[in-house]
Parts: sequence; C-alpha cells; structure tokens
Amino acid sequence: MKVPIRLKVNGRQYQREVEPRQLLVHFIRDLGGITGTKIGCDTSQCGACTVLLDGVAVKSCTCLTVQADGAAVTTIEGLAPENGLHPLQEAFWNKHGLQCGFCTPGMILASHELLRENPNPSDQEIRHGLEGNFCRCTGYQNIVRAVKEAAATMARK
Amino acid sequence: MATRIFGSGIRRREDPRLITGQATYTDDYVLPGMCHAVMLRSPHAHARIKRIDTSRAKQSPGVLAVFTGADIEGNLNAVPCAWLVPNSDLKVAAYPCIAKDVVHYAGEIVAAVVAENPYQATDAAELIDVEYDPLQAVIDPDKAMQAATPQIHPDVPKNQAFHWTVAGGDLDAAFRDAAVVIKERIVQQRLIPNAIEPRSALAQWSGASGEVTLWNTSQNPHIVRFLCSVVTGVPEDKIRVIATDVGGGFGSKIPSYPADFVTVFCARKLNRPVKWTETRSENYQSTTHGRSHVQEVEVAVDKDGKVLGLRATSWSDMGAYLSTAAPGIPTILHGLMLSGPYTIPAIKEDVYGVYTNTTPVEAYRGAGRPEATFILERIMDKVAAKLGTDPVDVRMKNLIPAFENGHSVATGLVYDSGNYEGALQKLVDHVRYKDLRREQAEARKKGRYLGIGVASYVEICGLGPSQVAGAVGFQGGLWESAIVRFHPTGKVHVFIGANPHGQGEETTFAQIVADEVGVDVNDVKVVHGDTDLTPMGWGTYGSRTTAVGGAALAIATRKIKEKAKVIAAHLLEAAVEDMDYADGKFFVKGSPGKAKSIQDVALMANVAWNMPAGVEAGLEASAFYDPPNFTYPFGAHLAVVEVDAETGQVDVVRYVAVDDCGPQINPVIVEGQVHGGVVQGIGQALWEQAVYDKNGQLLTGSMLDYALPRSDRLPEIEVLSTVTPSPHHPLGVKGIGEAGTIASTVTVYNAVLDALSPFGVETINMPFTPERVWQAIQARRR
Repeated sequence: MKVPIRLKVNGRQYQREVEPRQLLVHFIRDLGGITGTKIGCDTSQCGACTVLLDGVAVKSCTCLTVQADGAAVTTIEGLAPENGLHPLQEAFWNKHGLQCGFCTPGMILASHELLRENPNPSDQEIRHGLEGNFCRCTGYQNIVRAVKEAAATMARK
Repeated sequence: MATRIFGSGIRRREDPRLITGQATYTDDYVLPGMCHAVMLRSPHAHARIKRIDTSRAKQSPGVLAVFTGADIEGNLNAVPCAWLVPNSDLKVAAYPCIAKDVVHYAGEIVAAVVAENPYQATDAAELIDVEYDPLQAVIDPDKAMQAATPQIHPDVPKNQAFHWTVAGGDLDAAFRDAAVVIKERIVQQRLIPNAIEPRSALAQWSGASGEVTLWNTSQNPHIVRFLCSVVTGVPEDKIRVIATDVGGGFGSKIPSYPADFVTVFCARKLNRPVKWTETRSENYQSTTHGRSHVQEVEVAVDKDGKVLGLRATSWSDMGAYLSTAAPGIPTILHGLMLSGPYTIPAIKEDVYGVYTNTTPVEAYRGAGRPEATFILERIMDKVAAKLGTDPVDVRMKNLIPAFENGHSVATGLVYDSGNYEGALQKLVDHVRYKDLRREQAEARKKGRYLGIGVASYVEICGLGPSQVAGAVGFQGGLWESAIVRFHPTGKVHVFIGANPHGQGEETTFAQIVADEVGVDVNDVKVVHGDTDLTPMGWGTYGSRTTAVGGAALAIATRKIKEKAKVIAAHLLEAAVEDMDYADGKFFVKGSPGKAKSIQDVALMANVAWNMPAGVEAGLEASAFYDPPNFTYPFGAHLAVVEVDAETGQVDVVRYVAVDDCGPQINPVIVEGQVHGGVVQGIGQALWEQAVYDKNGQLLTGSMLDYALPRSDRLPEIEVLSTVTPSPHHPLGVKGIGEAGTIASTVTVYNAVLDALSPFGVETINMPFTPERVWQAIQARRR
C-alpha cells in the first residue's frame, strides 16, 4: 500500500506516492538527477547519505520518506545558490579535503551541522563532530582544516 | 620566470564536480528501460547445493528473470586469475560466476534476480528456496594444509594453491656465524578494504550490434574489458567499459568479479540495461579482502647487531578462489621485498598460498610490502632489545648506504636510488629523538606508559617493466600510454589509460603538460576511465599511475614540443637548430622578440595552411612507456603512543612521516596521500580485523562490527619529505599512494610494544584492542 507524501527537495516541491518502508535516501536518489547524496553502508555508520532535513543534518538512510512528509530537504546540490559554492564546499576544495569524493557530500553536510551548533570549533571538536562520517581516503586531517577554514569564512560574512 | 607549475600545490581540477554532487559514480547512472539485479548469496561457507527452487521468486511482482548456476553454463566462463606466478605449482580452482554444485564461501553467488526496481528484486531474492548440505569449513590459513583439514577443491590437494620460494645468498653460513638468532611469529590479520563507494555494475546490451557497455567501479577498466571478453565471449572491440568517477578502491576494485559478468549476462538475456549495486554487507562478504598471512621468521644477527640472514615461511590466505591479481601479492610484491632498506646478505622465504572457505583475498593498499616491512621492522626492534641498544642505532647500522643509480639486494631486485639513512636522520632530527626518549623516561616515572615506534621502509612501485611482468606470470603488460592533443585554440586534451579514482591525476597530469610546454594548467583536460575514448592502459594500483602513466605523458608532451619547435622555426623562417624555448614560447636564439607561442603553433598545426615540408598536420602525440625498472620510494616514520595500563586503551599522540617519492608534482596531493595511507595503516594496528567463526561466518559483517578509523581517534600527522629522484624516470618521480600504509602499521605496532616494554610484553596479535592489550599486561602482572 502506497502512501501519499509532499516534500521539498532543494526548494522544489515533490508530491509522490511511496511505500511506507522506503528510505529517504532512496526517495532522493530516485527522483532523477539528484544523486549527490550517496549510499555507503546499510547500518547508518558511514554518513555518506547525510542531508539537511528542515535545516538539521540527518543520515537519510535512518529516515523513512513518510517521516519526512511536509519537510524541506537540502542535499549537496541545494547547499549553495546555482553555480556558486558554499564556504564549506570552497574550503574542502581549498584544503584538499577530499580525494575520491564519495563521502564528501555527506561530510560537507555533517560539517554544516557542526558549524550550525558550534560556529568556532576547535580541531578536537571538529573531529568529534564528524566521528559519524567515514572517509577512507583523507585520514580526516584536511577535512579538519577545511572545516576550520569554512568556520573562519562564515564568521566574516 | 613564473613560478613553476610542477611542484605547485594547486587546487584539484576534479573537485568542483565532487563537492557539488555532480560526479557520476556507477550507481548514479540511470538509463531508459533500466532494470535492477540483486545477487542471492550463500549463507554457508562450504556446502553442497542440493536443490534450488526459483519458482516463487519468478512470480514475485516486478520480477523479469531469475538465473542460477545452471542458466549460465555455456554462457559465462569461469573468472580467470590473471597473475599465474611461475615455478610455484600453481593450482587455479575454477571460479564460477554463479555456483552450481558447491559453494566455497559465505557470500558466493547462487542466483541472480532481475526486477523492475531494486526493492522488488530484493524481495524476490528472499523467495528463492535453496537447500544446502553444509560441509566442514576451512578458515585458518596456517592450518589449511594440515592433514586433518578437509580438501576444499577436488583438484587441489592439501588446499595448497601454490608454493613459491625466493632465495639469495648463503643462509647456512649466516646462521652458522650468528651470535644471536631471533624468532618471531607474525599474524597479518585479514582486513576489509572499505572503499566508501560500494561496487556496482551497469550493463547495456545493444542487440543490433552485439555490443555491451559496462559502467563499472574499477581501478583498471581496460583489464575489465579484457576479462569481460574472456568470461562472456563478447569480442573485446564490442565491449566498452566506463569507470570515470570511482569512489576509492585500495585494491578491492582491481579484480573482475562474478557479479559484474552476471550483470552483463542479465542485460544480454533481457536486452535491457541492468544495474547491480552491492550493499555494504554484501561488500563485506564478497568484495575482496586484504592481508591474511601467518608468518614464521628467523633472523641471524652478529654480535654488533648486523643482520646476516633471514628465513621465513608464510601461509598466505587466498580465500576460496584466486582473485585476479592475488597470487602475486604475497610472492612477488612481498617476498622480493624482504631485504627492505637493509643490507641482508642471505634471504629465503617459502610462501604457501592456501585456499580457505573465506572471501577471496586481493591486493590491499601496500599489497605485500606492508607485510615485508612489518617483518623487518619487528626484527630491528627485537635486535635492539636483545642487544640493549637503541632501535634507531640498530637501523642505522643495517641500512644500505645512500646510492644514486642501482643497488642489488639478495632477493635479486635492483633498487633505483635511495638515501635511507638520510630519511631516518631527518626524522630523528625533526622529533629531537633523544629528548623524546627523555620525555618518555620522565613519563614512566609518573606511571604513564608512552611508547616510541620507528620504522624505515622501501617499497617497490611503478609496476613495472613488462618483460618482468611476463617473467613473473602477470597475464598482461605493465606499461602505460598517453595521448596529448592540441586543439586549434591551444587548449589540450590528454587521454590516459590508467584510471585514477581519488588520487588527483586530472590535476597532476595537467601540471605535467603545463610544465613541459607552458600552457595554462586550466587549459588541459585529462580524460580517463572510458575504454572507447582512452588508449590502452593497465590501471591504477601499485602506486604506478604517475610513475608509469606520468612518464608516458611527459614523453608524449615532449614529442609535441619537438614538433612545435619545427613548426615555429618554419613560421619564423629560422633554422630548427637556432630555436630556443622558454615558458611556452619558441623563439630564435638571442631574439626573444621573434617568437611563436605554443598556441600560435597549435593553431597553425590544426589549420595547416603553412606547414614545413614533410610535417603532418595536427598537433598530437602519443607515447607508450614501458619502464626499464621499478621505482623504489622510501622513508622513515615515527609514532608516539600512550597506553592506559588500567584499560588497555591505546592512543596515538604523535605521528611523523618522512617520505621520499622523488620530485613532487603537487605537494598538497602528496601530503593527502600520506595522510590517508598512514591512517589506513594505523587502522590495521589498532582497530581493523575481519573475523570469521569456525563455520566461516563473517562476524565483522557490517560497518557496525568492523572498526574503521574515525576522525576523533587520530592525531594530526606531521608530513616531511626528502627528494631523491629516480634515475630512470623521465620526471624522476617514484609514487606515493601506498607509502603511508606500508610504514605506519609497524610503526604504531613498535610504539605500542615499546610502551609495554616495562611489562615484558613481547608480542600481541593485531589489532591492539583494549582487551588484548589489557590481557597482555595482566598476563605479565600475574
């Protein structure tokens, strides 16, 4: 039995009928063309699927689509205005905070949450804040540097 | 003169698409009419399939087809092993794409379901009824060859996949002259590579032309094309493999897998595009693992601490089948490296590759070299402990003195260049080693257990001369190729056969071209990962992309430069020998004003209105580079750890890496490779281990159970370097992708054992979980 839902993704309204068991991450990826949100595991460990749900970061594999009914979702594609970059995206680029890039969308959105809660974090606070997101390439060090730089940029704005 | 682009830490050119969600990994592709495959995998490690009933699954909503082992017979050949190590009595057990009679590991495919969407396929897979007759499973590599152990494959007695030996020097003399003999048993635990992108395959069959396009998570798409042809029977020219954005590999995306070929088979049968993407749990069970060696080592040492000889036996787990490159890892990439950076006059190792009822084992970052480094660096610390000297002094005593062009070791290799003492000295100076030891002693007085670990290493990279590849049984070449194409506007396309998947060669390769002919780095686009667009290449692994592919690119670009010089001379009405070049301009010697830019030349070459006699139109060149030797990067690392003796908790409080990969094209990317590599190695030392129970069930079957390195458990890594160019490489570069992993596991191991030395702990099997450390301390306290 399918359930009708309405939700916004990156500012655009979607109305769909979905299976109650469907995960939000599958809903987003199946919309067509918005595949920046990644699936890296099936136990909610890796964080690659992190999105903002009404501005708060969630792992979209831990959320059913029906739970997000009425909400506004922001994915990596919707973080910055079109053709622009969010300071976090810019900082990940500047600081070589990514290699293969697969964890990056989730890592950037988890960092967004971290800075929302703590706009001026220490290195250790960044490391704790991102412990729920796995990166196998960078060893995290340049991610920490990137989040620090983004925090500084965002503080100036 | 402008700042040189070679050596500049510019931002990566691949990043804009990666940070905005616009990259296209295999699972991101959606094709019209696409349907989805799910693989049903065996829950048993070793069992006879008595009966398989797919009738209920076939009637499940949305299901298009269900295929079993019987269906693929005559359609899909066995998956071949592509590294047939010679003189080793190698026995290749047939590796079916779908098991038909017997399953050999938990995770082996027994059926494939195709449905309109992945959810329907998943539901239907649960309706397949398979009746198994479980058989006794073989798990431990060091017990696999024992008489009482059941035989897994009918044509492989004693489960012995191969027995390979390396020997050089007079070992008897070494042990006869020894003042001290040191023995060690080392367990290199099994690891799961954990590229964050799960594996995926999307196959599109064109019935009209008999062509297949396969999007695939691969480090080496041309090898996939080759093996796909062998397994599916589709001619190589009718297979296109695309692997543009790949989310990490670390060795696990070298092999070709049954699921990839089954996906091709499904697409062909249904004449629709079929996508298969593994779940993470599926990845843990069926994507290749790494390491899993048990080694016994004996070393002969003279009274001054000089190593005279080393003999070792290794039982190297291959898992249930021989994966694509697996036999070469514990042999060629391990045994030949057993001299490491040291002068060791005599070496012998017997390596037994064994079959077990576990997931196949493949290359995993470092692949054979971390295991060799581990042996040597443990031995050095044991020698120091035995003789009561400092671990750094023992290493300095045994290191090969600096050399610039060729040094032979007992295993038969000839290293290219090295300054091992220089790297270790830089490390020691940087950390003020003596002060560090004093701090450690002070801390101990206060009941704090700090440990300092040091390791020197040399690795074999830039695989490698194709003649050697052939001699050691690699079923392919190991050269690389590049095409450089100048467009009329002076913009450049580079096409390469290798396939970077996170290492940043879209940037560093553009830097090579920009440096050679003076174009703007942003005017160079590097294309890789599509076998219909790019020239043949053997792939990205073994730290070879820049070391081999970068050389091909440099040579191709130099050909461009030579041709451009001829055209420029013609346009300036000067003799070619009177021409000079600087910063992208060709000019008449002594008259820098009389010049043609590379862009001017590119335009003329493309329109070809006024070309020198006998010179072809166009400005394009290709090169095939087959290296004359391997490259041998090296370095020295140091870790400081603190062990909580009450809980067994280990914290890495400081980590310093000195690496020498030759000249660095982009030092920021080099540093990133070191960070990632070091952390993967720390992961092995402290947290990671694939655990099977006695029935062959993977107990660490999810990210919940397998402990990956997390951001909050790691120190800031200090990255230093020395620069020793390779004498035989056109750019002098050596490779950096695996260095960190090769050195860091044993560096941290040594540090933990150093911290535990007051308790007399001499060995602990990795990983150093708090429980193991605590138990080791308690055993000594009792």
